Amino acid sequence: MAEIRSRPRSRPLSPHLQIYRWPVTMATSILHRLTGVGLAIGTLVLAWWLVAASMGSDSYGIFESAAFHWFGRFVLFGFTVALVFHMLNGIRHLFWDVGLGFKVSTANASGIAVFLLTLVLTLAIWMLAYRSMGAW
Amino acid sequence: MSIQTPLGRVRGLGSAKSGVEHFWQQRVTAVALVPLTLWFVWSVARYAGAPYGDVIVFLANPFNAAAMLLFVIAGLYHMMLGVQVIIEDYVPSEGPKLTLLLVNKFAGFSIGAICAIAVLRIAI
Repeated sequence: MAEIRSRPRSRPLSPHLQIYRWPVTMATSILHRLTGVGLAIGTLVLAWWLVAASMGSDSYGIFESAAFHWFGRFVLFGFTVALVFHMLNGIRHLFWDVGLGFKVSTANASGIAVFLLTLVLTLAIWMLAYRSMGAW
Repeated sequence: MSIQTPLGRVRGLGSAKSGVEHFWQQRVTAVALVPLTLWFVWSVARYAGAPYGDVIVFLANPFNAAAMLLFVIAGLYHMMLGVQVIIEDYVPSEGPKLTLLLVNKFAGFSIGAICAIAVLRIAI
């Protein structure tokens, strides 16, 4: 017992999640899964929209009031972010599938590009949406 | 020397009896979904807050109805393939895994059928 306790801790420790530095590639990888799950749940909203539209103006009105509510907008904004991120990072995956962009520096740069483009595209979509709603 | 039969060699399949269908279909739907998604978000943003009649006119257009139908089908198929991998990765015990895999398949086909009927009902 005493021998074990006094033995110096010289062996390497495997990286632990809480102290592990998150490289861009790791963040994009797990976010691809998380946004995928989010989008899977979001298909229910898509179904609700289409069914409401098919059932008449009353049903559509109920959907609209839910969508225009602040929480509805919050959910739809999250859905937009997830959809845009998953699409852009998916394109990155397609490049990897044909063997392009595997260099560490390239993979890091494309990951940062995905984050930046997600921001730009999401804001552009929402600006278009607010313009359609007559915000300006 | 290979112990594979000539037929097995031609098919490129081993004892698993299946090959790269899952991987390949995930990629085919992914490629299809890039333009469909861009069309979808652009259309929804353009018709946000539009009067009900305008939305119906938009969705009743054959090209828009076809695009919406393809978006729903490709999207839900892509979703079923993706969620299946996540379940297989994280659920180790057979009972819950089989249950969730069935729920995934049934949910995908149910949501797909509902969306498809809604789109067709508007378009036809």
